[in-house]
Amino acid sequence: MALDKTIVAKIAMLARIEVPDRELEPLAGELTRILTWIEQLKEVDVTGVEPMTKVAQMKMPMRDDVVDDGGDRDAILRNAPQPAHGFFAVPKVVE
Amino acid sequence: MSDLARLTMFEARSGLRAKKFSARELAQAHLAAMAAARSLNAFITETPDRALAQADASDARLARGDGGMLEGLPLAIKDLFCTKDVLTTACSHILDGFRPPYESTVTAKLWQAGAVMLGKTNLDEFAMGSSNATSCRGPVENPWRRRGDNRPLVPGGSSGGSAAAVAARMALGAIGTDTGGSIRQPASFCGVVGVKPTYGRCSRWGVVAFASSLDQAGPMTRSVSDAALLLAAMAGHDPKDSTSAPLAVPDFNAAMTGDIHGLKIGVPTEYRVDGMPMAIEALWRDGIAWLKEAGATPVEISLPMTKYALPTYYIIAPAEASSNLARYDGVRFGLRVPGDSLDAMYEKTRAAGFGAEVKRRVLIGTYVLSAGYYDAYYVRAQKIRTLIARDFAQAFEQCDAILTPTTPSPAFAIGERQDDPVTMYLNDVFTVPANLAGLPAISLPAGLTEDGLPLGLQIIGRAFDEQTMFRVAGVLESAAAFVAEPGQPGGVERTMAARGT
Repeated sequence: MALDKTIVAKIAMLARIEVPDRELEPLAGELTRILTWIEQLKEVDVTGVEPMTKVAQMKMPMRDDVVDDGGDRDAILRNAPQPAHGFFAVPKVVE
Repeated sequence: MSDLARLTMFEARSGLRAKKFSARELAQAHLAAMAAARSLNAFITETPDRALAQADASDARLARGDGGMLEGLPLAIKDLFCTKDVLTTACSHILDGFRPPYESTVTAKLWQAGAVMLGKTNLDEFAMGSSNATSCRGPVENPWRRRGDNRPLVPGGSSGGSAAAVAARMALGAIGTDTGGSIRQPASFCGVVGVKPTYGRCSRWGVVAFASSLDQAGPMTRSVSDAALLLAAMAGHDPKDSTSAPLAVPDFNAAMTGDIHGLKIGVPTEYRVDGMPMAIEALWRDGIAWLKEAGATPVEISLPMTKYALPTYYIIAPAEASSNLARYDGVRFGLRVPGDSLDAMYEKTRAAGFGAEVKRRVLIGTYVLSAGYYDAYYVRAQKIRTLIARDFAQAFEQCDAILTPTTPSPAFAIGERQDDPVTMYLNDVFTVPANLAGLPAISLPAGLTEDGLPLGLQIIGRAFDEQTMFRVAGVLESAAAFVAEPGQPGGVERTMAARGT
């Protein structure tokens, strides 16, 4: 599977990583090389095989739906690059 | 170097209890060793004040006759574990300045057991790498050098700083994480012991996530019994990690009986790969012979899906990483690069914060999970993962543990193998299968190459049967009698010096 510039630009947009135009071509080459190597998985017959969706064979535990934590606003905001009035602030999203 | 930095954890524990030295003296000896070997770049954050405060508290508890199982023992912590109020970066610029408001479960258990934190160790960015070359804090130097060749070598990765710290006697032990070999491969390259426990044995809560279905924390030490001791302190059920196994922690040290009579040791045919150095093949044969002499029976086994493990891993791990790393958005912690819109801010922040290898993996992961490719790549990889796990389940019907080399090569020079990502990925060919199948595995130093570099052998056990793995490893360690030590940075090589036992 060869990736071209257009596909790489689309994936980069989906992943929210800015990639300058001049880097798209070399990146397409690198990703193609990795995907080509991965292609060998097509040799494997997976008919009737269930996908492995958990590692240990155990049931997911459930807990009671109760609040047992909280009140840590200030501790959490201490790491925010741009807190404002006790909130995380982001660029304007609604006009 | 002070003799106190040369002890095993068990020796240090006895010395502390017998009042031969204090926890403060032990911590000071290690802090001095760290300062002397700073050029290795193993530690990226040193916490000497905290180490001495914890050591004093240990001395007070020891004076009262109290003390936990790791009381007063100085350890190094991979900078992937969140440590409350102490800088935690995953060696990525995207986490610049991050001081977690909480402590990971595993490190909390260590402090509860009385351990002393020396500092945080270097790693490949977000644990993505096999040579510590992708760290935003620069490469780590392996304390070992090839005989007659002064070029600095990689320590392996991603837990390269932890491995180098233990090998260079800067810490009695360290903790790392292993997603595809990130504990065992650097352990092998640096001549130390490293364990990836069964998936679910150690809590992942508070560990910066890479690939959640593969990540496990584990110990790195200078002896197998030290690894068993450290793992016992780290392990155990944690309600905060829903994949943490609700099982009691066995006494791993008690399992090391020294007796392996009647055990069957699997030797997988498919692990004989083209181009593997003679020294590794020979060491593997030695390992088989040592276990046979000790009363075990080697059995040839087949793991036919072995060749597909790496490509399967390079779909599953990037897919999970692309999802896990979506949280780095410049809003709640770490780096933020301003942009005109919210999307522009995300895109600029992530472009500036992630290194080249992390970007590659996030992009691959995004691609294999995207509409139209999900079934062809991701679901197919999950199905092959089922087949890989089935290979092991069938093998364990014929054997009790599996013996393999840890890596297909010894440590290489810094800067080598950087041209092609796939060449770097091949480092993990023998370690990745245990992660995909969720099995416990240990690497221990067992021999040297012709030019004097350490080589590891790996023992893979059944799920939640670390006991048998440690039992076999203990016997293998005695038989291998590995006593070589790295030279000091910039100093004279000191090989074959007797290790205090």
